Amino acid sequence: MKQKIGLLESVAFSLIRQAVIYLPDDVKDSLKKACAEETSESGKRQLRTILANVALAERKQVPICQDTGTFSFYIKAGTQAENLGLVEEALVEATKKATLEIPLRPNAVDPFTQKNSGDNTGRFIPRVHWEIVDGDCLEITVMAKGGGSENASAVGLLVPSDGMKGLKRFVVDAVIKAGSQPCPPTILGVAVGGGADIAIDLAKKALLQPLDKPNPDLEIGGLERELLEAANMTGIGPMGLGGKTTVLGVHVDYAFRHPASYPVAVAFSCWASRRASARIHADGKVEYLTHKPQGGT
Amino acid sequence: MVTYQLRTPISEEDGRKLKVNDTVYLSGTVVTARDQAHRRALEFRKESKSLPVNLEGLAVFHCGPVVEKRQGNWVAVAAGPTTSTRMEAFEGEFIEAFKPRVIIGKGGMGKRTSDSMKKYGSVYCAFTGGAAVLAAQSIRRVVEVQWLDLGLPEAMWVFEVEKFGPLTVAIDACGNNLFADVSEMVERNRIQIYDKLGCS
Repeated sequence: MKQKIGLLESVAFSLIRQAVIYLPDDVKDSLKKACAEETSESGKRQLRTILANVALAERKQVPICQDTGTFSFYIKAGTQAENLGLVEEALVEATKKATLEIPLRPNAVDPFTQKNSGDNTGRFIPRVHWEIVDGDCLEITVMAKGGGSENASAVGLLVPSDGMKGLKRFVVDAVIKAGSQPCPPTILGVAVGGGADIAIDLAKKALLQPLDKPNPDLEIGGLERELLEAANMTGIGPMGLGGKTTVLGVHVDYAFRHPASYPVAVAFSCWASRRASARIHADGKVEYLTHKPQGGT
Repeated sequence: MVTYQLRTPISEEDGRKLKVNDTVYLSGTVVTARDQAHRRALEFRKESKSLPVNLEGLAVFHCGPVVEKRQGNWVAVAAGPTTSTRMEAFEGEFIEAFKPRVIIGKGGMGKRTSDSMKKYGSVYCAFTGGAAVLAAQSIRRVVEVQWLDLGLPEAMWVFEVEKFGPLTVAIDACGNNLFADVSEMVERNRIQIYDKLGCS
């Protein structure tokens, strides 16, 4: 039992470390492409600084950004996987250890007393999302998300008869309202349908999709491209100083809705889109899915 | 567009020379202050208490760093800017009270800050959000930390920096504001985007 929780904790610790230090390849490639194509001088300078910072973080093995965020874990638990009752405790312990050893900035604050817990844990922090799947594996994904991008999140309960028109307008308005605040170029997670809770949940989870994997559904993939183009017509640019790269990618998801409701949610990830995944097999073998075992991408 | 190498304390005269789009590399003393530190500093002013650090001519940095204690000394590991709009409610009065010459942050600030900068010859410089390792590399030493009871991110960290930058002057003491200019342009683009999407 002790050995099992030790493995879970060490995998979760490695994932946090990978996520906060090494940007996934798809994000790095997208930033490089944006830098090459940016025509605004100030925008280009911001992108160059971003790329220099990403490389320096890798070399020094320290977090890319001082806002190491709050942590969400997305778990895919096989119905035959063992010791599922130990997972949440292991994730909390890994978070505390990572805060001390990487180190991370302590970002969990009691909303009543304003006291910082000092170790990135507290009620519902880190947040753990469960999904039950077939098999005997356990897949863990960590998302580290900063406050600047989280503050730009938007949920609208729109008029159903406005349909897709309403959705498109809502997304454009959210991008414009967010402006420079969420550290553009950003990635957008957009979800339509469900209730307000389902929509924002799906929108945030959509941020885990790699940038080079558009939605395979033709209609949804088309909407993703259309929203991306629209967002980049705003001219907000890298860090809001003007330019053609405001958004690197858009991921859309949906849920069925109540006839009277048309919820739309937009979640933002800053350019430092930090995520890492691993699969733990029943025999204890660990497969890192987004990064190499010792870090790096 | 001029590139300046500046060392704190910076005089009002030098502050007024800086224009939007200029580039600054800053050396000297940079003091971090986020929402809570701004709030407390202004309470100190009300109570006629002096701040633990005299900010006149220095740079105030909207930043909550990642710090680590090595052999008893604080070291800044990552120290990029935080969103400056959260300090908009305080900054005008803060500049009037403590006369910092440079405010460093990300995302820009509004009219009250810009008005106060015009009056006191201060500027707002944008540093790239998230570029925390580059920023930390220019921090030579953590001189001291005050108000640690506010928590590590909100405390007032005093950094000695060497060539911190590139910083982009985004609000100057003449009332120019780059972020406000971009916002105006974005507003003009909004209608075209609606038209293109067929949702005007």
